[in-house]
Amino acid sequence: MKLTKIAVALGTSLAFFAVSAAHAWEPTKPVEFVVPAGTGGGADQMARFLQGVIAKHNLMKQPLVVVNKSGGAGAEGFLQVKGAKGDPHRIIITLSNLFTTPLATAVPFNWRDLTPVSMLALDEFVLWVNADSPYKTAKEYLAAIKAAPDNKFKMAGTGSKQEDQIITVMMQKAAGKKITYIPFKGGGDVAVQLVGKHVDSTVNNPIEAEAHWRGGKLRPLCVMDAKPLPYTAKVTDKQSWADIPTCKSAGIDAEYVMLRGIFMGPDVAPDQVSYYVDLFKKVRELPEWKEFMAKGAFNQSFMSGKEYTDWVAKNEALHIGLMKDAGFIAK
Amino acid sequence: MDEINSLMHGFSVALTLPNVGFMLVGLLLGVLIGVLPGLGGANGVAILLPLTFSMNPTSAIIMLSCIYWGALFGGAITSILFNIPGEPWSVATTFDGFPLAQQGRAAEALTAAFTSSFVGALFAVLAITFLAPLLAKFALEFGPPEFFAVQMLTFCSFIGMSKEPPMKTLAAMMFGFALAAVGMDTVTGQLRMTFGFTEMLKGFDFLIAVIGLFGIGEILTTMEEGLAFKGKSAKINFRVVLHTWKELLQYWRTFIRSVLIGCWMGITPGGATPASFMSYGMARRAAKDKESFGRGNIEGVVAPETAAHAAGTAALLPMLTLGIPGSPTAAVLLGGLLIWGLQPGPLLFVEQKDFVWGLIASMYLGNIVGLIVVLTTVPWWAAILRIPFPVIAPVIIFICAIGAYTVHSSIFDVVMMLVFGVFGYLFKKLRYPLAPLVLALVLGDMAESSFRQSMLLSQGEVSIFYSNWLVGSLMALSIFLLLLPAWGALKSMLRRREANAYLGR
Amino acid sequence: MSTESETPGPALRRRGPEAGVALLLLVIGLIVIVDSLRVGIEWADDGPRAGYFPFFIGCLLSLSSGWTLVRALLSWREETAIFSEYSQLRDVAAMAIPLTVFVAAVPFLGLYVPGALLIGYFMRRHGTGGWLATLAVAIGTPIVFFLIFERWFLVPLAKGPLEAWLGF
Repeated sequence: MKLTKIAVALGTSLAFFAVSAAHAWEPTKPVEFVVPAGTGGGADQMARFLQGVIAKHNLMKQPLVVVNKSGGAGAEGFLQVKGAKGDPHRIIITLSNLFTTPLATAVPFNWRDLTPVSMLALDEFVLWVNADSPYKTAKEYLAAIKAAPDNKFKMAGTGSKQEDQIITVMMQKAAGKKITYIPFKGGGDVAVQLVGKHVDSTVNNPIEAEAHWRGGKLRPLCVMDAKPLPYTAKVTDKQSWADIPTCKSAGIDAEYVMLRGIFMGPDVAPDQVSYYVDLFKKVRELPEWKEFMAKGAFNQSFMSGKEYTDWVAKNEALHIGLMKDAGFIAK
Repeated sequence: MDEINSLMHGFSVALTLPNVGFMLVGLLLGVLIGVLPGLGGANGVAILLPLTFSMNPTSAIIMLSCIYWGALFGGAITSILFNIPGEPWSVATTFDGFPLAQQGRAAEALTAAFTSSFVGALFAVLAITFLAPLLAKFALEFGPPEFFAVQMLTFCSFIGMSKEPPMKTLAAMMFGFALAAVGMDTVTGQLRMTFGFTEMLKGFDFLIAVIGLFGIGEILTTMEEGLAFKGKSAKINFRVVLHTWKELLQYWRTFIRSVLIGCWMGITPGGATPASFMSYGMARRAAKDKESFGRGNIEGVVAPETAAHAAGTAALLPMLTLGIPGSPTAAVLLGGLLIWGLQPGPLLFVEQKDFVWGLIASMYLGNIVGLIVVLTTVPWWAAILRIPFPVIAPVIIFICAIGAYTVHSSIFDVVMMLVFGVFGYLFKKLRYPLAPLVLALVLGDMAESSFRQSMLLSQGEVSIFYSNWLVGSLMALSIFLLLLPAWGALKSMLRRREANAYLGR
Repeated sequence: MSTESETPGPALRRRGPEAGVALLLLVIGLIVIVDSLRVGIEWADDGPRAGYFPFFIGCLLSLSSGWTLVRALLSWREETAIFSEYSQLRDVAAMAIPLTVFVAAVPFLGLYVPGALLIGYFMRRHGTGGWLATLAVAIGTPIVFFLIFERWFLVPLAKGPLEAWLGF
């Protein structure tokens, strides 16, 4: 905090001497934080958490205002930011619909229309079943799917032709059987459907299902990442996030993480981008953020600049492949 | 009685002088939010959230939840005075509330609305206090087929109410369904009826349609009858309140029915808006003088308001125990909980006893204080009707435009508001009923996705809708309600024929 | 309502608007049907396709509006019911025209300036208050709403060149 003040003071005094005040850009009015998803989901929770924590620590002079623009699987939000040419007071948090929505619906936007700011974290996916179900491991569950006729097992997920359904397709490949996919509006609803035993499994993000796991209602079977999660603090009496095996080890060849990153509209100035990069760097140092990351078992990669842009491009190529395989691309 | 002990402890947490002060701040802000279409509880909570970080979580949540109560109370005000529902759940309140105001009985209608809201909330809190674990379990019983059955029930309880020509009723309802279908189909992710226009992606929002059809439509209709609002002569004194209370006592059956509907819909979570429609429909069915509904019957204000407030209150239960926010406001509250390090979920009641019981105690207190606050303002609200029409009419249009704009921050929506306003005027003149249109717009989307989710679950077997006792009895009740008016019509037709036969025609 | 007025002046007959609205709804119904056919209207193994329900909705909408349209056309000659008197329609237009101008101005000027102009126009044209009161209400109302929405609740509303010039 003090450091920022000093920096600001330095910045203003420097401006007296130099005409170009390169790092001095700051928001001059409230910043709109667009969430291209409904209330209560993973992206929304993270955005509202950021809003609160930035206000609490006074990291920004102007308030950050969260707005949900979920229409058309997030296309509403992305199109608005795409249209905000050179507007430094609007940022957007992403989920995988940054890639999937334009592919599935042919709505005209692409991440290249936006300005990448920084990656905040990568969200993991865990295969969950109800705690009362007989399946203790992913292997047992996979065997049960293999033994049953097509469409016997039901998977609930968020939205249609998005990340949850992509993972379901990966699981179908591993099992060689069809799994019924049932789309719901938000991740919270999905978890509750599984608690109520209306479906057999979900691939909720950790943060969406953590409370139910701790409450003894859900059981994690495996995590869709290359290696187990790093968080070793106990969540339930017996288990921690780190105790969940990878799906690969159970014979489900499914590796998938989701970008939680920040973008801005096109044609913004470099110092405006670097303001937000610095802002989120500061957020990452806060103890609340670390606690939030642990609670949601996030992958804490942080990137910005070219590294981030390259990562997004690579991830887009991956999604095009996955969507093509699954037959989700709009004609 | 464990609960009573916990509750008393909760009162001792909640009932401190600063907390009561926070309550008042929250309530006043909430009423303002409820009055202005375009501001929702989410906005109010968002601006106060930063202030609350220096407070302890219990005080903070008391203040924030009071915004929510205030908004629930405030939603009725513009519905009654100007036929503009400030919040979606007060649409049904306009059906009888606005005619009452036109008859010069605005103060009575407001009193009835506020009192009903209070009663609804009070019973919902009682249910939360004593039945929380049971209710939370009940909520889990609801999968897609059950949701569809509930939506079907709402629909059937409302259908057959219209006095308008049947073909026009059908057309209005189908128009509503067609509007609801615009945008993305949640089940397949396909775009429907957008024709490549990006403005159409988000579909037609219920609130924009309602602001146009009711608010702007009403102003255009009013112009026809001269440059004045009817009901200027509203009585403005506090005696009206007491007088109305006496009258309300006779509607105890409506209160009980509406509370039950509201609590149930709030927990499942069907939501406050369907609850208010269902309750209105049921009240009209049960009433002896069905004809007076829609023309200024106090009962037509009591039923939807009681149910909406009961549902709004009960909706906090799934948020606390399951972590699913029932509304955008609840979602913002959820964000607050996370920052204070409280994780909503099944364990919140065990791990955070102080917080949970403090919150429940504040629900009682907040609603009592809220009732007093809004009742004392009744005369002022009613006095707004005395402002000359040339002043208030453009201001209302301005407010409507703001309301339409804020839903999606889209100018296209302001244009749509005007289009809906013209529709509202024409429909009223040509006797197309608006209520079925609005109901279809609210329920159409939800009902279609629950139906298709059910079909996915059962792989196309319709039998899923009578596969267990819950969904079976809901469906049976819907069909019963659907057939009831048909049976009544048939009976009266037969009777008429008999009479005609007797007269030798 | 309007049909009950005692001294009917020259009036617009109901058949025109009746047929017009029915035709409009009929066209909307047909559009819905066409689009449903595009996304698929059949009932597949796992339930209805995206166009299944909209297709029936479109059909019912077209049929019911078609019925109203045909009836209005069949009784075109004998229909005498009144939609509205011309004098009343003039009153409606007195509101509808400024309202349309207001909405048309919003994309260019934002919400605040057209709002002030609308209020000002109305108070001058139909009201009895003086210039001072008119100016106070017309300028005061948008400012109050600006403060409530933008400053207090942080909800940005549509703004135009004037606001940009003032630096918001």
